[in-house]
Amino acid sequence: MSSIRVLVGTKKGAFILRSDAERKDWTVDGPFFGGWEIYHLKGSPVNPNRIYASQSSGWFGQVMHRSDDGGKSWKTVGNQFEYEGEAGTHQWYDGTPHPWEFKRVWHLEPSLTDPDTVYAGAEDAALFRSTDGGESWKELSGLRGHGTGKFWQPGAGGLCLHTIILDPENTDRIFVAISAAGAFRTDDGGKSWQPINRGLRSEYIPEPEAEIGHCVHRLAMHPTRPNVLFMQKHWDVMRSDDGGDSWYEVSDNLPSDFGFVIDVHAHEPDTIYVIPIKSDSEHYPPEGKLRVYRSRTGGNDWEALSKGLPQENCYVNVLRDAMAVDRLNPCGIYFGTTGGQVYASADAGDSWISIADNLPKVLSVEVQTIL
Amino acid sequence: MIRVVLPYHLRNLAGVGKEVQLEIQGPLTQRSVLDTLEEQYPVLKGTIRDYGTKERRAFLRFFVCSEDWTHHSPDDPLPEAIATGEEPFLVIGAIAGG
Repeated sequence: MSSIRVLVGTKKGAFILRSDAERKDWTVDGPFFGGWEIYHLKGSPVNPNRIYASQSSGWFGQVMHRSDDGGKSWKTVGNQFEYEGEAGTHQWYDGTPHPWEFKRVWHLEPSLTDPDTVYAGAEDAALFRSTDGGESWKELSGLRGHGTGKFWQPGAGGLCLHTIILDPENTDRIFVAISAAGAFRTDDGGKSWQPINRGLRSEYIPEPEAEIGHCVHRLAMHPTRPNVLFMQKHWDVMRSDDGGDSWYEVSDNLPSDFGFVIDVHAHEPDTIYVIPIKSDSEHYPPEGKLRVYRSRTGGNDWEALSKGLPQENCYVNVLRDAMAVDRLNPCGIYFGTTGGQVYASADAGDSWISIADNLPKVLSVEVQTIL
Repeated sequence: MIRVVLPYHLRNLAGVGKEVQLEIQGPLTQRSVLDTLEEQYPVLKGTIRDYGTKERRAFLRFFVCSEDWTHHSPDDPLPEAIATGEEPFLVIGAIAGG
């Protein structure tokens, strides 16, 4: 029988939530790495028992872990992240040049075909790859060295590479997103990169339609349709039908088009989910009501999903890596909040239950469907 | 043998108790203590000092014989009491957070 593992990274450790395919009764294991910030955990799609975890701390820096038994035990792997060649500078908040400094790994993306290969998105923004199960890391420096790199500026959360999407139909194509530089794509396995931000408009930068400088919060793609991308930008929900070459807005009737997460239904490529947040100054849901919004038309026509979610006095946030979907039918949707709740829907968003309460601030949520 | 006291999280990471003992070859300095510590417990590489630059992490301090040696040169000789094991070399995490 199928089962589900939800991997939750929090401000003070990692937790693993388990259920059978009914997704009604859940167990909570953890904390793993108690007291450390776990920005992200993610399992290999080839070998679900292999899970990578990014553990960091303001005191002790970056540590990486790997499990080969589905999270029961963990092994420390390599934490040497060195920028390739001359590190150079990017722009600081005040516009002055600032040396590139490695701070932490925000996101881990295991290869779709090889359990020993995994990508790591770092702050200050760079993409690293390991081909030996996380023991050693090498920068794909063509991204940072790409012509616009010296003009990238951090967002309030840092200059972080937070989204990595591997194209299942073309192993040479990778999409990444960086706050606040924008989205980028390689078509040659990471050697060279191009900004893919045409159509984005951001009033908070001097030239609103500039090639770079957009605060992209998250990208999502359905694996059967890799040319269609969805984006939650700082403000605006966007869509591209040409692999990021151009974007158009699909926010339409959302109560706010500010937010962090965006994801796609496992079996319906045009069904997408966002969680509107009131504004970039407030960082909580509109009207104190926690609502997921679903579009079954690939954007523009949105419906509120609120059954089972708090509809008064709710002032949590949902961070960019804190939503995921499972592969069961009906599709399960999951998200975690800065208030330490993890919510799950076993019916594609129609209704929700809390599957963990009172965890530390949730930084990331990933789901493994064990068939 | 010298004695090194580690903060809670580094003890857990290295799988050791509060204190570890090290045999130092050559001059006894902060640098040789940390080099030997990292050699004996590779999992601690990058956690006390930056991996590349070997600079001390900002929120860690080094206490020696009731004195703060954080800003001493890493190559200053450590006191005899550290060399004999009478006093431990303390790696301290700053009190912060909430």
